[in-house]
Amino acid sequence: MARIAGIDLPRNKSGEIGLTYIYGIGRSTARYILDKAGIDPQKKVKDWNDEELTQIRSIINNEIKVEGALRSEVQLNIKRLLDIGCYRGLRHRKGLPVRGQRTRTNARTRKGRRKTVAGKKKAPKK
Amino acid sequence: MARSIKKGPYVDHKLEKKVQLMNEGTIKKAVIKTWSRRSTITPDFVGHTFAVHNGNKFIPVYVTEFMVGHKLGEFAPTRNFKGHSNKKQQ
Repeated sequence: MARIAGIDLPRNKSGEIGLTYIYGIGRSTARYILDKAGIDPQKKVKDWNDEELTQIRSIINNEIKVEGALRSEVQLNIKRLLDIGCYRGLRHRKGLPVRGQRTRTNARTRKGRRKTVAGKKKAPKK
Repeated sequence: MARSIKKGPYVDHKLEKKVQLMNEGTIKKAVIKTWSRRSTITPDFVGHTFAVHNGNKFIPVYVTEFMVGHKLGEFAPTRNFKGHSNKKQQ
């Protein structure tokens, strides 16, 4: 089984797609890795031999930040915003959209499930 | 859209001059009062305290090195939302 960066890759997918199961690798990064290793992106993960695997591993180890390291970097960036008390940090603290989106409606990804307020007037029916 | 790199960071000329004079020691003043929320914080600003206007009053902002690259206005919120009133208790 192909195990890279602590993640089991799906065996029956092509290399380009299979690599995207690793956090921090998308389609273009996957292509870059396979290109550099000289492997056909269409080649299935299960068809990689040991030599190709070690090559992929070394490329990921040396050039690309993935999984835990990347997650902690993102968290540190957010923590920096929180600590300096800038507007973006305040938005992170309140769990509201950070990049100036509207919050009168929508923004449910950041705000979570709707919390219904009792006694709030509905729009009048016509 | 982000500002063109060719132009370099934007800092209000007056503010830049004041900070420069303070760094050289020509003038001594603890707090710089400013309305220039749009000015980028440059490395020269580190260690100074700015009183940044938020439309109502001046918010004291002590600049640390982590703030470099942000704008002064980011540290002086213009809106003050304390939450909705609780109608049931009234």
